[in-house]
Amino acid sequence: MSKFKKRKKGMPGISTASLPDIVFMLLFFFMVTTVMRETDLKIRKPQLPKANQVKKLERKSLVSYIYVGKSKDGTPGDKIQLNDKISSIKDIKSFVFAERAQHSEEEIKLLTTSIKADVNANVGTITDIKLELRDVNALKINYSTLKGSALDNMKN
Amino acid sequence: MARRETPEINAGSMADIAFLLLIFFLVTTTMDVDTGISRKLPEKQDPNIKPPILKEKNVFEVNVNRRNEILVEGEIYMKIEDLREAAKEFIDNGGGKDENGEECTWCEGKKDPASSDHPKKAIISLQSDRGTSYGTYIAVQNELVGAYTDLRNRLSEKLYGISYTQLLKDKKNNPKNQAIKDKIDNIKKKYPQIISEAEPTK
Repeated sequence: MSKFKKRKKGMPGISTASLPDIVFMLLFFFMVTTVMRETDLKIRKPQLPKANQVKKLERKSLVSYIYVGKSKDGTPGDKIQLNDKISSIKDIKSFVFAERAQHSEEEIKLLTTSIKADVNANVGTITDIKLELRDVNALKINYSTLKGSALDNMKN
Repeated sequence: MARRETPEINAGSMADIAFLLLIFFLVTTTMDVDTGISRKLPEKQDPNIKPPILKEKNVFEVNVNRRNEILVEGEIYMKIEDLREAAKEFIDNGGGKDENGEECTWCEGKKDPASSDHPKKAIISLQSDRGTSYGTYIAVQNELVGAYTDLRNRLSEKLYGISYTQLLKDKKNNPKNQAIKDKIDNIKKKYPQIISEAEPTK
């Protein structure tokens, strides 16, 4: 009974016991919504060029990525990474087919290939990739860039 | 009396722990949105079909060599800063008629008979070398797309009092609005983006 005989004097303290609940809710929200899909790069991280006429890539599940850059051990020439391994140009076709197999029929025409290439890569490599993509009819591509002035690209 | 109660566990520091975790997640997760220049590759051509014959004045030729120098129309070396203006001047020239015999009433160009006839006929041809750096290539593409965006913005501003970029944003927010869609289609039709890429030189 002693519990009910509380003093009625003074201001009751605001209970902070529910504060952790609120914060945890926020925490879970952030943990669930952020997608940590990181493919670890086998090549040196490409330094993306800058551009301002950019579009956002939507529906990330429909995007497949091709990385182009220098290899980590410094061997000359551009290296291509598809998914998790360094590949050659010839593997691109099977890569596209593998990506298509994961999607339904009506999604296939929406599939986009995003090319993340280094500023100093050669256009020749990019052209080879584009020719391979054209051969398998994967026509939607996106040159991944950062937002910024395109004039900065020339300074390298 | 108060001594006999079980002391409550102080939950005040719980919030601190949770906040710490929250801030950790906020800081470590990078919500990088992928942006880039979207392009559509041409479909594979039948080798037997001959390409259509174009008038030379309707083609704006841009060459980028392996030293990242830009050559326009086969004779002028141009800086990247000037490329956009040159492209705009070419597209917007409107010196002649389109295939239906209509003049370009929305063009504000010089109407030079030696330059392009009509925005619908004006073709930008981009040729690069295999050794060109990707950064330069993107910069050139960006400027060429930028030229079209500038022209479209100007026309949209004139017709509807709202920029083309804003129209595209509005479309994203309410994708079912037919009026916005019609406006976009109209402007796209008036300034179609025709950028053709030639095979790179070896």
